[in-house]
Amino acid sequence: MPAVATPADTGSAGPGPAVAVHDLTVRYGPSGAVTAVDGLDLEAAAGEVLVVLGPNGAGKTSTIETLEGYRRPAGGSVSVLGLDPIADHRQLTSRMGVMLQNGGVYPMLGPRRVLDLFAHYYPDPLATEALLDLVALGRVAATPWRHLSGGERQRLSLALALIGQPQVAFLDEPTAGVDPEGRLAIRAVVADLRARGVCVVLTTHELAEAEKMADRIVILSAGRAVRQGTPQALTRAPGAAGLSFGAPAGLDTAALAEALGAGADVRESAPGRYRVEGVAGPAATAALATWLAARDATLTDLVTGRTLEEVYFEAVGAAARHGADPADAERWRGIRSGRGRGARRNRGGAG
Amino acid sequence: MSALVAQTRAEVFMTLRRGETLLLTVGIPVLFLVFFSSVHVVSTPGEKAVDFFVPGILALAVMSTAMVSLGIATGFERGYGVLKRLGSTPLGRPRLLGAKIATIVVVEVVQAAVLVPVGYGLGWSPGGHDAGAATLSVVGVAVLATIAFGGIGLALAGVLKAEVNLAAANGLYLVLLLLGGMVVPISKLPGGIAAVARALPADALAAGLHAALGSGASVPTESWVVLALWALAAPSAAALSFRWE
Repeated sequence: MPAVATPADTGSAGPGPAVAVHDLTVRYGPSGAVTAVDGLDLEAAAGEVLVVLGPNGAGKTSTIETLEGYRRPAGGSVSVLGLDPIADHRQLTSRMGVMLQNGGVYPMLGPRRVLDLFAHYYPDPLATEALLDLVALGRVAATPWRHLSGGERQRLSLALALIGQPQVAFLDEPTAGVDPEGRLAIRAVVADLRARGVCVVLTTHELAEAEKMADRIVILSAGRAVRQGTPQALTRAPGAAGLSFGAPAGLDTAALAEALGAGADVRESAPGRYRVEGVAGPAATAALATWLAARDATLTDLVTGRTLEEVYFEAVGAAARHGADPADAERWRGIRSGRGRGARRNRGGAG
Repeated sequence: MSALVAQTRAEVFMTLRRGETLLLTVGIPVLFLVFFSSVHVVSTPGEKAVDFFVPGILALAVMSTAMVSLGIATGFERGYGVLKRLGSTPLGRPRLLGAKIATIVVVEVVQAAVLVPVGYGLGWSPGGHDAGAATLSVVGVAVLATIAFGGIGLALAGVLKAEVNLAAANGLYLVLLLLGGMVVPISKLPGGIAAVARALPADALAAGLHAALGSGASVPTESWVVLALWALAAPSAAALSFRWE
């Protein structure tokens, strides 16, 4: 992964958070009947990678698009590099990079021509050839966008977000549809941005990618932040003691619980995926390994604390169980009753 | 190279690479000019049919580029998310629109460079003796019409989905082709329809070009007024309906 030489000071966002969201509310529909974001607070600093997680309709894209200046908040405030994304949009455009979820490129232009064109928009753009190398698109540099694969389109979209040497980068699902090599490349690009002091705000559905790239994670559900913290803090939070491990499906969980000692509770959450509650520490780990060895069962992976997936489903599930998802319910009612284009559009827009 | 020049170059490149655009903006006007000038389908004022059809087809060319081609392309750019992405760059709305206007001018020059020689080849002889005044009139009428039709195309693209906009722009093209005095003289239309047609920019453009390039008379005041009003109203509607996404 070649690094792109960029001025060291491009990431200086000044004092205060690079991105600040306070009590943000975003509504859709003619009368604002559908609430996509509901009193959200979050911040991200220069040189920080903030990953926004959440199910479809949780408000991820609505939040990002409000920060990009595409949506006007119904309530609360947002600022990017201390500027208002709508009122100061012209000032911001040369300092932020935007990677859209889909499309956004002239279908008949190839990566080199598109990057050359976009380079003219910015005062101090990166070199086209360096960017093509960075996102590994040199081989298809002349191929029209409409003939690129999904992963190649994503990488071109990422390159377009980087070309102006942004101080803040908004990346909407950058690894969606990207092959493993492409993911590796994108991860390296994100790490490079962090190292240069760029604030990266990134949405994804892929928890493993989130854990690998994030300095901090925000989990949204029904437009609200239901968990926030570093990946370590989230997976090792109080009450997160225990073990998660992979092993052959169908183990005798009662017998294992007995072997692990008093208070142990073992569940098979999915075939071959096990969760141990009530015990933790080296003794529990050793007891587990011994028990599996005695049955010639291979331990494929072991996580102490909780996995991000467990934290995610617990957070999102709890929010849904407490009825904190009126926007989704409203959206579904609108869609099922065939009510208006607004309901369908809102659902997509609130991604 | 400035952002405006780079964007204009890209827009011209894409416009001239789109086969359907070339068909609409050059192919169909040339076909119509040759066909209607050679085959007596409609009785036209004056001795030679080609003297009526060259100004009429030039008017059609302006309309096809400024309204149909621009409107459809912009609608699809919105559908593809291109406008949304451009909205997050420093390019900005004025330079994007400036590039689109410059592209229209380039295409119109190409159209004139093709149609005028074809017209001469068919025996066209422009009326009037003051070539300078005629040229000024043609440029003035064409500029106003380009602004008016461009506004209509962008306004449609601003409110309609790409596919609906495609159908609407083509439908409007056909209606204005028939009602605009381009291939059917306005005097042949029924009274009520003719009255409506006179309020449309297509007829005002065609009447202006017929006057300047056909009879050699000055462009009727009515044409200037109608074009000026459309050139004011249509871009205003486009500005109100313009969306980056």
